[in-house]
Amino acid sequence: MTQPVSPPRDEIPKLSPQVEPSPWRAVVARADVRTLSLLGVLAALILIGGITKPDEFLDTRNLQLVLTQASVIGVVTVGMTFVIISGGIDLSVGAIVALASVWATTVATQDYGFAGIFFTAVIVGVGCGLVNGVLIAYGTMVPFIATLAMLASARGLALQITDGNTQVVTVDGILDLGERDSYVLGVPPLVMVFAVVTIIGWLVLNRTTFGRRTVAVGGNAEAARLAGIDVRRQRLYLYLLSGLCCGIAAFLLIILSGSGQNTNGNLYELDAIAAAIIGGTLLTGGRGTIVGSVLGVLIFTTITNIFALNNLQSDVQQIAKGAIIVAAVLVQRRTASTT
Amino acid sequence: MPEITSRRGLLFGTAAVSAGVLLAGCTSNESDDEPASNDQPAADDKPGKQVTIGFAGPQADHGWLNAINDNAKSRAKKYKDVTLEITEGSNDTAQQIGQIETLINKKVDVLVVLPADGKALTQVGLQAMRAGIPVVNLDRIFNSPQAYRCWIGGDNYGMGLNAGHYIGEQLKDKKGARVIELAGLDNLELTKQRTQGFDAALKNYPNIKKVARQAAEFTVESGQAKMSQLLQAQSNFDALWNHDDDQGVGALRAIEQAGRDDFLMVGGAGALSAMQAIESDNSVLKATVLYPPTMAASAIDLARALGQAKGVSGLAEFEIPSSLTLYSAVVDKENVKTYLPTGFK
Repeated sequence: MTQPVSPPRDEIPKLSPQVEPSPWRAVVARADVRTLSLLGVLAALILIGGITKPDEFLDTRNLQLVLTQASVIGVVTVGMTFVIISGGIDLSVGAIVALASVWATTVATQDYGFAGIFFTAVIVGVGCGLVNGVLIAYGTMVPFIATLAMLASARGLALQITDGNTQVVTVDGILDLGERDSYVLGVPPLVMVFAVVTIIGWLVLNRTTFGRRTVAVGGNAEAARLAGIDVRRQRLYLYLLSGLCCGIAAFLLIILSGSGQNTNGNLYELDAIAAAIIGGTLLTGGRGTIVGSVLGVLIFTTITNIFALNNLQSDVQQIAKGAIIVAAVLVQRRTASTT
Repeated sequence: MPEITSRRGLLFGTAAVSAGVLLAGCTSNESDDEPASNDQPAADDKPGKQVTIGFAGPQADHGWLNAINDNAKSRAKKYKDVTLEITEGSNDTAQQIGQIETLINKKVDVLVVLPADGKALTQVGLQAMRAGIPVVNLDRIFNSPQAYRCWIGGDNYGMGLNAGHYIGEQLKDKKGARVIELAGLDNLELTKQRTQGFDAALKNYPNIKKVARQAAEFTVESGQAKMSQLLQAQSNFDALWNHDDDQGVGALRAIEQAGRDDFLMVGGAGALSAMQAIESDNSVLKATVLYPPTMAASAIDLARALGQAKGVSGLAEFEIPSSLTLYSAVVDKENVKTYLPTGFK
């Protein structure tokens, strides 16, 4: 390709608006290809489900079911996506969900009612996030280690609180939220919470200074610091955000299962990371989308649903899950390199 | 909270003394948060020589396992002549081996072991036996009979068998009856045995067909998730057997959320919440098949008898038996009052 002859120096035109957004448009296009490939995977799954079990799969009730099951892990994944975009990781999400759920249900057995349970779950989640954030941002601990320590201690504390028992919730108002009577226009309240968290997450990441700072910190923390971003405070807020999401997820799980158990949220950390990764979030930070992560969650939930409807055993399900992660990432590599 | 512990100790000390004074036949009034268990010990109650029992239990992250630990502890406290050396529960094989070795080094008189994995802990069982410490193997069985003096545990196959027969009897007049199974953790041997027993029992009822089986993970969360999908997959069926009452809490939630009540459900293990549901008879749960955690209390009885070289009262033999399998009774509305005190939280 021949270089165009550059115009004389003093004749350089001002970059016109049509020229300037071209790299930006490429980014948009690439994000779209990524999103489209995920939508393609989801569509293929829906096709498989529809062919193998037309009556059961393509049913309003089943759609409600899939979205409800996706809600708890989905809310956790939104928080996780922020943390990973900033170049961090939160291994403690499952343990925080467990701790928040058992603490909140301990309150439930003491009859503090709806608000008591909700606020306990959220406060425990935010509290754990605060500890993570302070250790990482101001104690300069590696996120992997700090959140690993939180994973161990939160699970231990959850076991201590429950003494191994399943804490059944008896407060009616809460359980009603999981019942079909409380669906608004066919949408379960859990799914609404998931949708609201997703929309707020998308707005915060794409439309606020907080979101831009998150991406900047993940892209290059030193550059972000030189650009005047308080990187440490930003990190603190991100782990707080992740903890908050865990608290909300714990509350949803209490509605869903009607109880708190120390085994709640088992392996959520891996599910949330996997969903974010197949959603196109870079584990090294600097790039990621909320839409991608949520699609990742929906893909996993749909697979589980199709497998259960076809009465396949859990071993096959796990193998397929692994294959999907590999396939999705390979597809993304391809689409990313060709655009 | 040492204060509570000592107060509880006092309670049991008093209970043990009064039991000694009144001899057999008295009924105890245990406080509600203690696991109730059969008050007739396997060996006789008379104080004998001091016995130190080492107990290596599982990590109590599940209702039934927690009840196992509680049963062992409270039974040991009832005997003035028993000292219990208890290790921290663990699901990690290597850690549990280390704990048992520590108990061997401490030269306890008898060992009671509920292994996280029976096969993996066989070697350390052999080691204890060679060191002259008799081992009472609780529930999950060692690979070699040389690794234990006595085995006591539940009957997983029998659990499936009795659940299958109960369901079979309920549905025997129904043509083309459909049954589904919500199993426990599929990588545990006991889950396979429960399913085998269930299938064997159903063979006696040609009108019944098992149409679906999904494995959950013994947790409420997994029970809810798997059950809600089973309900979606099977628009009509007549009976459900759920392997575990803890995951049953979640399964019942899913059934409630789906608004289904067109089938009967049988649980497993014997949790308090399940028994209460059976008693109030306001849900699909009509029965549960027992897998009693009281076996831990019996294991302490047997260990004490071993340490004091006694037999079991009521049996002609001089020695305790080499193996004892508990019966997996079916608890339904008719007999739930009898079993309610053994329900674990």
